[in-house]
Amino acid sequence: MIKRRSFMRASLASGVVALALASGSLVSFGAQAAQPIKIGFSMALSGGLAGAGKAALIAMQIWKDDINKKGGLLGRPVEFVYYDDATSPSTVPGIYTKLLDVDKVDLVVSSYGTNEISPAMPIVMRKKLVFPSLFGLAVNDQFNYNRYFQIMPAGPEPKLDWSKGFFELASQQHPKPETVAIIAADSDFALAAAAGARENAKKFGFKVVYDKTYPPGTPDFTPIVRAIQAERPDLVFVASYPPGSVGIVKAAREVGLKAKMFGGGMVGLQFAGIQKNLGPMLENIVNYHFWVPAKTLNFPGINEFLKKYEQAAKGKGVDPLGQYLPPYAYAYMQVLGQAVEATHGMNQAKLAAYMHKHTFDTVVGKVKFGSNGEWAQTRMLMTQFRNVKPNDLDQFRKEGTQVVLYPHQWKSGTMVYPFDK
Amino acid sequence: MKLRVNAFWVSCAVVVGGGLMLTEVLHNDYYFNAMYVILQGTLMAVAWNILGGFTGYVNFGSAGFFAVGAYTSIFLDKYFGHALPLPVLIAAAALVCALIGLGVGYLSLRLKGVYFSIATLAMAIVFATLISNWRYMGGARGAYILTPETFLWFHSYIQMLFMVILLLTLGAVAISRYLNTSRLGRGLAAIRDDEVAAECAGVPTLRLKLISTTLMGALMGIAGAPYPFFVTFVDPASAFSLFVAVNAIAMPMIGGTSHWIGPVIGAVLLGSMQQVITVTVSSELNVLLVGLMLVGFVTLAPQGIVGLAQKYWRRRAR
Amino acid sequence: MLSADLLSNALVAGVLLGGFYAAVAIGLAISFGQLDIVNIAHPAFVIVGSYIAWILNSRFGLDPVLIGVLATPLFFFVGVVMYRIYYAAFERTGQESLSGLAFFFGVMFILEVGLMLVYGVDYRLVSASYLGKSFHFGWIGVPLRMLVPFTVALVMTGGIWLYLSRTFMGRAILAVAQDPLALQLMGADPVRIKQFAFGLAIATTSVAGSLLIMIGPVEPSIGRDYIGRVFAIVVLGGMGSISGMFIAAMILGVVESVVSTFAGPSWAPAVAFGVLLLTLALRPSGLFGRR
Repeated sequence: MIKRRSFMRASLASGVVALALASGSLVSFGAQAAQPIKIGFSMALSGGLAGAGKAALIAMQIWKDDINKKGGLLGRPVEFVYYDDATSPSTVPGIYTKLLDVDKVDLVVSSYGTNEISPAMPIVMRKKLVFPSLFGLAVNDQFNYNRYFQIMPAGPEPKLDWSKGFFELASQQHPKPETVAIIAADSDFALAAAAGARENAKKFGFKVVYDKTYPPGTPDFTPIVRAIQAERPDLVFVASYPPGSVGIVKAAREVGLKAKMFGGGMVGLQFAGIQKNLGPMLENIVNYHFWVPAKTLNFPGINEFLKKYEQAAKGKGVDPLGQYLPPYAYAYMQVLGQAVEATHGMNQAKLAAYMHKHTFDTVVGKVKFGSNGEWAQTRMLMTQFRNVKPNDLDQFRKEGTQVVLYPHQWKSGTMVYPFDK
Repeated sequence: MKLRVNAFWVSCAVVVGGGLMLTEVLHNDYYFNAMYVILQGTLMAVAWNILGGFTGYVNFGSAGFFAVGAYTSIFLDKYFGHALPLPVLIAAAALVCALIGLGVGYLSLRLKGVYFSIATLAMAIVFATLISNWRYMGGARGAYILTPETFLWFHSYIQMLFMVILLLTLGAVAISRYLNTSRLGRGLAAIRDDEVAAECAGVPTLRLKLISTTLMGALMGIAGAPYPFFVTFVDPASAFSLFVAVNAIAMPMIGGTSHWIGPVIGAVLLGSMQQVITVTVSSELNVLLVGLMLVGFVTLAPQGIVGLAQKYWRRRAR
Repeated sequence: MLSADLLSNALVAGVLLGGFYAAVAIGLAISFGQLDIVNIAHPAFVIVGSYIAWILNSRFGLDPVLIGVLATPLFFFVGVVMYRIYYAAFERTGQESLSGLAFFFGVMFILEVGLMLVYGVDYRLVSASYLGKSFHFGWIGVPLRMLVPFTVALVMTGGIWLYLSRTFMGRAILAVAQDPLALQLMGADPVRIKQFAFGLAIATTSVAGSLLIMIGPVEPSIGRDYIGRVFAIVVLGGMGSISGMFIAAMILGVVESVVSTFAGPSWAPAVAFGVLLLTLALRPSGLFGRR
């Protein structure tokens, strides 16, 4: 009896391995028989970042359909092989090894978010693959990989460039503000942004009078905002994720926060559902964005893309307008596709060299990468919400509700200062 | 008696030999990745079951031990500049978590049943907050570990990690089996069934509970120690995740908590299903799967798969 | 740094937050505190309540609190059904501790993923005319977004407390936890009473859910943040005591708020759970526990 049980265990273990082997070989056999170009990636389709992740996937699929309508890449149809990483870094290595070793994809791109991009880096570095990446803050600072390309337009020094616009605008005001409060969510990007904000504050000569982080899962931000108010800062720089962004804006309005500038790095204020809900509470907040409807940002193809996205996004429980991540998700596929066509193949070294040298034309305008894979020039926009009406989604489709203040070449209006006018 | 021992150790040797063979024959890293995760789950399940299944104290804070093991590993690696070899890191993690386990054992003096479980949950949250605020460890931003391409004679680093965790898991199973079948195990079962009666009957309940919690803690810490090298990026949110804690409970429950092989069966089954789902359908279904299996097994087969097997054999024997 | 107005505002904010926590925990105070059912899926039910509030609020513009109250019969029914399953599978056979726990873990995951699959993972919010306004008494500010949940919580807790202590059914519920045999001997059916109580516990999640989505945005997995909190509150207050639970919720809210204001929000969870651990170490029956 006992012998049978131990035997059972050993045979169970070998049975699992055999099953895994069998299914693996079946998959790879199937893969090698076909002709399409396979692009592999993991994406946050469940978990905390899934709202944006699903929206990004929709945009990427629009690109795939567009490119296949035109005959594909190098005359071959494009296929995606992707898996849900559940916004969990621990699933990423397994997914990318499967994509590369079992599914044998031809090209890889990243997942969404700093925590989902980093775990894949050692794997792509080992295989010396070109790695176009979607919105991770300063990931390459750790790895210095020369085949990493980041489509988020943070700029050559992403941590600093993220908040530079906010502080530069502040330093241009008369009289010059003196103090700044920094509040950040306790997780990857927000902490990096806050670190950059601290450095920028020093560079531009502001004194930091409040500098704290809050844990995710904080239900009410009233005590935090009051503590900030008690220091009477001139500037309030917030680096937050959607629940914190909403909570801090609401608390700020309830408390009656008196500051000369408020905003900075709040994720979520770019999402249609949140914009509609906050409505007039957004008035005069200066926050980052990557694209807004403005004359200065009317790139070829962007409006057609957004229309296609709005159609595709209906009923999927994602951001209906898609102004934040989707255009860039589309653009980075464009970059990859154009590089493949231009180098007439998928030689990773040639692709990397091409991507470093050339400027690409995409729906988000001209894209040029620097030596560390980040954008050669920053295009972190600082926008200000103006004349926001309550409960109106449509106003965010039009120019005027989000005025671009910075950088200078994309400016579409002048700033209302101070914030609490 | 002799025959019984031989069968177990022989199968262990077969598994180890099989593992080594795989590292030569199989070149797709993906399978080693998947097997690593399944083995890690098995190790956690076996560890949990020592306190949960054998002794009857339900630990909600398994993720706490796991994460402390992982972070001990990261800390020592950083502090000594990558100079320490993995076995040393594992031993250190085991020691730290064993001490925490010892503390938890003393906690069980004052708290029983569900109070104990909530205390373990609270403890895990306190650790998570402490580590989130510890800048040297990267705080909430997480910590990176860069791993080399190959190691010793293995074709890739993950193959080495796979063998390491295979050996660790087999070791844990051996310990668990020893506990289950020994006099010590009968003492633990007595505590599980009725602690007061056991105390009255002369069972040294405090000592046994301390052994149980310390072992559980050490084994969970051991499970966590190689994790940073496997995943290369660790942050408190993923290390202290509720999913780790729930899997540690679900796997033994599904397999059967009273026998040492229960957690192994549950972990291999549930773990494999989770791995397959991750790369086929979608990861959120993994969560649904755990939910459905838990509900299903717990209502229909409360003694787990082992219980079902025992019922079947008993019926056959009639 | 320790100024009077900052401290008093922190206390007020803490009390309001504590009231909200009480609304979330009261159902568990019944199901776990009195019936000993380890319903770890309780916060997941609250999130379902939030989603119902969101759907009806965004489609028909109904007030969230109203929706929460109107949906209680539905939740009550679900609670009754859940209890019957739980009873048949576990309580009758005496398996409740670990198996019951695992059962509710399973239910929690099923609810969470169900919401994800049906409604997606985008954050949901509600709008109501009073959200965003606030009262000011001297230097103390009271946002309606927190005051309304606090008031509703107070009414709900008070109502349930009165019900449990004054009505026959209420007292039967208190009795069934303490001595089911005696209750049976007095002619009442313990199963029917527990079933009613559990239904009541789940019914409260409907209201708690609508309060939650008034306070901040909701997405399916945020229930996990509340598991620790609600169990901590019930245990801290003392099993079986509704008023104890309310006071414990207040304490937790105030501690979180004050620590947030003066030491920094990142320490709030550790302090809150540290308080719990300390209580368990010094007085395991909680503040007002009966056993």
